[in-house]
Amino acid sequence: MPERPTFAAELARLEEIVRRLESQDLDLDESLKLFEEGIERLRAVRDRLAGAEAKVRQILGDPADR
Amino acid sequence: MGATLDLFAAASAEGAWTVAEVTRRARVVVEAGLPPLWVRGEISGFKRWQSGHWYFALRDRAAQVRCVMFARDNRRLPAPPTEGMQVFAFARPTVWEDKGELRLTVLELLSTEGGGLWHLAFEKAKAALAKDGLLDPARKRPLPAYAERIAVITSPDAAALKDIIAVVRRRWPAELIILPTRVQGDGAEGEICAAFARAARLARLDVLIVGRGGGSKEDLWTFNSERVARAVAAAPVPVISAVGHESDVTLCDLVADYRAATPSAAAAAATPDREEVAAHLAQLGTSLARGVAARLELASQRLDRSFDRLAGAAALRLERHRHRLAALGGQLDALSPLKILERGYALARDPSGRVLKRVAQFAPGDAFRLRVSDGEVPARVADA
Repeated sequence: MPERPTFAAELARLEEIVRRLESQDLDLDESLKLFEEGIERLRAVRDRLAGAEAKVRQILGDPADR
Repeated sequence: MGATLDLFAAASAEGAWTVAEVTRRARVVVEAGLPPLWVRGEISGFKRWQSGHWYFALRDRAAQVRCVMFARDNRRLPAPPTEGMQVFAFARPTVWEDKGELRLTVLELLSTEGGGLWHLAFEKAKAALAKDGLLDPARKRPLPAYAERIAVITSPDAAALKDIIAVVRRRWPAELIILPTRVQGDGAEGEICAAFARAARLARLDVLIVGRGGGSKEDLWTFNSERVARAVAAAPVPVISAVGHESDVTLCDLVADYRAATPSAAAAAATPDREEVAAHLAQLGTSLARGVAARLELASQRLDRSFDRLAGAAALRLERHRHRLAALGGQLDALSPLKILERGYALARDPSGRVLKRVAQFAPGDAFRLRVSDGEVPARVADA
């Protein structure tokens, strides 16, 4: 199963995008590309939170299967 | 020997007692005449036998008496007494018939020295941990800001676990993995260490909580075990210790990366608040929109200025950008109204720009920046 990026990693990339966009020294195409990526990642992290619930499971034996 | 004992009757026809008769009668007299009592004295000649029984003498300036404390009674004590230690012993006087010796069978032993045996055991283990550098504050790892997988080592049927689950459910959609153990009494130490070993094999674990609710000093003692402390130190992810007792810091607390006063506080330290994260995301959306809008405005002005000089190619380019601008405008609308900062919220970030959301991320003296609606303010955490 491919591992999706962690929430922390997604958020860090989003914050970096905002920082770069605010720095204003990008050319227009780059700015637009970053903006689009930013929007996409913002949706992704919001979707991850929307409706997600904490899960609880108990491990009694050896978790070698994980 | 079936006859009732008459202390003053000769035990044999010849009028002489056998040695066994003397010591046996002495034992009966001593046990009848001296009920269990508290004795104060100094420990001398302490020996621990293979069987686990402790042998020593109690003495003062004038006299001494030999003592035994059986394994079943000394097991409850955290450490053996040291030579010369002043103690109170609750003991049952008796005579050991085979040696003809007066002995005290010690049932309880209290040291009169600062804190007593518990203190002594604590300091010994603490010194051993310090020697290996495990108490060095520089070892403490920061807690993850957005933990997705949290392991919990605690008793499965205590309020502590229910509190942790309730707090995490309220705050953040993490996966909680419970590793149930006993948290007091015989065997608790081994079970907790085994649970740490199992937790170490969990994939993608972000943080670990170990703890229990409040209890007596004896109840909490498992968390002063050197073995448990070493298991905490060896954990591959940051450990939050929550041994529910404000006043007594346990060794487990000292070695852990973060000490929480209660299991609920531990759960809060392990997770961000989803409302705060949502507000932060909204703020990021606003910044994203503003950043690109400013850039587009700049480009648009430049294009307008050069429009006369640039012929068809430039005009085409402008059209292309304007189309893209119009399309993105729709996306911007989807983001608004997100003017979170203008509503009076502030956003704290560290010098590298990372957003600070929780108390655990602020160390005394740390510099950080506060972002408010119209700019940034440099700030510093007050010294504790």
